[in-house]
Amino acid sequence: MSHDDHHSVVIPAPGPEFKPHTVAHHFDTPVQEFQSAKLGFWLFLATEILLFGGLFAAYFYFHEQYPETFVVGGKQLDWRLGGLNTCVLLLSSWTMAMGVRAAQTSQKKKLLMYCGLTVLGAAIFMVIKFFEYKAKSDHGLFVFSEMLGGYDTATGQLPWFTDIHGVMAGVPHGHMFFAIYVTMTGIHGLHVIIGAGLIIWIMFGAAKGRFHAGYYLPVDLVGLYWHLVDLIWIFLFPLLYLVP
Amino acid sequence: MTTQVPPVETATPGVETERKTYLNVTKGFMSWAGTLDHKRIGLMYLIGTSAALLAGGLFALLVRLHLWEPTGMLFDNAEYNQVFTLHGVFMVFLFVIPAIPAALGNMILPLQLGAIDVALPRLNLLSFYLWVTGAIFAILAIVAGGFDTGWTFYTPYSLYTQQAVGLIGMGVFILGFSSIFTGLNFIVTVHKLRAPGLTWFRMPLFIWALYATSILQVLATPVLGITVLLVAIERLYHIGIFDPRLGGDAVLFEHFFWFYSHPAVYIMVLPAFGIISELVTVHSRKPLFGYKLIAFSSLAIAIISFLVWGHHMFTSGQSTYAMFAFSFLTFFVAIPTAIKEFSWVATVWKGSIALNSPMLYTLAFLIIFAIGGLTGVILGALNVDIHLHDTYFVVAHFHYVMMGSIALAFFAGLHHWWPKMFGVMYNETHAKISCALIFIGFNATFIPQFIMGSRGMPRRYATYVPDYEPYHKASTIGAMVLGVGVAFMVYYLVVSLLQKKRAMENQWGGVTLEWETPTPPPLENFSKPPVVTNEVYDYSKLDLETTITPAK
Repeated sequence: MSHDDHHSVVIPAPGPEFKPHTVAHHFDTPVQEFQSAKLGFWLFLATEILLFGGLFAAYFYFHEQYPETFVVGGKQLDWRLGGLNTCVLLLSSWTMAMGVRAAQTSQKKKLLMYCGLTVLGAAIFMVIKFFEYKAKSDHGLFVFSEMLGGYDTATGQLPWFTDIHGVMAGVPHGHMFFAIYVTMTGIHGLHVIIGAGLIIWIMFGAAKGRFHAGYYLPVDLVGLYWHLVDLIWIFLFPLLYLVP
Repeated sequence: MTTQVPPVETATPGVETERKTYLNVTKGFMSWAGTLDHKRIGLMYLIGTSAALLAGGLFALLVRLHLWEPTGMLFDNAEYNQVFTLHGVFMVFLFVIPAIPAALGNMILPLQLGAIDVALPRLNLLSFYLWVTGAIFAILAIVAGGFDTGWTFYTPYSLYTQQAVGLIGMGVFILGFSSIFTGLNFIVTVHKLRAPGLTWFRMPLFIWALYATSILQVLATPVLGITVLLVAIERLYHIGIFDPRLGGDAVLFEHFFWFYSHPAVYIMVLPAFGIISELVTVHSRKPLFGYKLIAFSSLAIAIISFLVWGHHMFTSGQSTYAMFAFSFLTFFVAIPTAIKEFSWVATVWKGSIALNSPMLYTLAFLIIFAIGGLTGVILGALNVDIHLHDTYFVVAHFHYVMMGSIALAFFAGLHHWWPKMFGVMYNETHAKISCALIFIGFNATFIPQFIMGSRGMPRRYATYVPDYEPYHKASTIGAMVLGVGVAFMVYYLVVSLLQKKRAMENQWGGVTLEWETPTPPPLENFSKPPVVTNEVYDYSKLDLETTITPAK
């Protein structure tokens, strides 16, 4: 589209390895652009919190209804692996914050390094999560290969919940804890993957020199997203691993 | 402030070339499909939502036609369930929620703010494509066998019915994000892109209403998102959260659903209030009575609406004390709503009333909304609701709000801004006839439903006992009149685009910023950024010349 760009503001690049940034045509100043995007992104984060809010409400409701399944089910989770993952995510939040700082101070290599470390953290998190899921699957507490199996409405037997070792024997609705555990951590895991994808996208932009002291908005926003992903885990970890 | 009359661009002396507007500045499919211009996106939304309205209306007419005979005329019971579900889903998710904010709001909000565009134009386009994707999912779901749960998807039925509930669930999830992104965009735009001098209390009330709506869209819709997502997960994997056979709770679904869907009622109706606020002042040429009260009542409604969802569940089994609270808070919503209604009537009082077609729709709204609102208070009373729950009384009540108020306000806004959007004027006589047909047809459809509902006719039944036959027949006749009215409206609006009878620069004599730019607006809205120096709705500043200057 051929817009009049007579009022487009250009932020110059701080060095030859960087690219200038053209402020979108409908903004008068870079500050206006920055603040608009940031306000919009905070509102988006609010919707994310509300989305998880529904899941947390379900957690508390069923915790109240069937406390036993949460007590016995929670003990099946390995708090050491969960704790390790919490540390990994917290560290990755720190590396992300350092990455944002590097973008603000036009340090291209540092930005790339810290973003890379953050993606590494995301990968470690997902690998640990995979082994946790696998252990649950092996014990018949959440058999991933049987998830689409439907169930026999007469007996109420769920193919994904066979409880091979009988750890939940006698617990009313023993599957409920694992249903909620996998739904919540699964949707959270999806956010980890999306976040890692966004950080990789930032790295491509950073390699081209798009982000510097004059323009680091996308780095800032992806950073906020990553902190939210971290924050949600900080609530999930105690609720699922420790509270029971 | 004076309105700039656009300079006539002449290529060769004496030969008038077409002025560049947002409609003709670029041509070709991609110039529309890839546009970032809020007016073009608004226009595409207008076409899409109008198509959804016509489809939903067609389903409604089929339902009414079926109910002509007590044993049903057209469908078997299963088909009937599908048709009324289609009517509900198309109207609620594809038409009513996006119609006013995303179509008219997109078109008018940046103009009224004196901005070049919305703050996040790419997000705006994404929102439109999400709407299209949601609509495609809805159509796929119909092709895949339809859905018969009603628009509310109540569990456990929605978990077990052998129909395409998963597909339509995904459609609703995606439409939810379309709605969230529109709301988010508007909040940022209102905060960051107001013209110099346009303080909060100089903003037109349409903006205030859209702002309150946007807050609801951002804060309520994610909960619907997770709810339909959980229903989809439940259908695929049987995790058991909403399934009583697996220890889940169907009432939990209702809480989740209505936590969104009650505020959603205000997502639908607040923009309608905004249009009416705008139109009563312009067509009475008198500043609004109680401007600040109307502005704040929008916010008050937005806040209270989060606290009343339980009134949909008086018969579902919840604590008695919760029901007291929900009932009381429901009455409470009536206060800010009544403030609006009284302020509108007081604005018209002793105004210089021009009975243009937008004003006729507005007056029809004022009457219908009074009935729709007051019957809502009746339903909010606990003991009365136990009797009326799930009867045609409820159906009539929410159609007085959804169709009678919101759709009429949408039509009012459409007629009001039509000359602004296209620079052409429709046939006013036709518009008045159509407005009369819609008003009469609408009341003839739903007044009988109030009566038979209060006498116990349950909603969503494909057949009924013969005692209700006269009411159903009256209602069906009314619906046909209503259908003819809407079809006639579509006809003369399309004709106006073909005939190209020029509208005036400022057709109705409005003084808000959208009338400060040439009609129809150029691509970037204003040739130079407007500066606001006067108070809102100050008609002493109106340049009467512009109301008799034909648009170029």
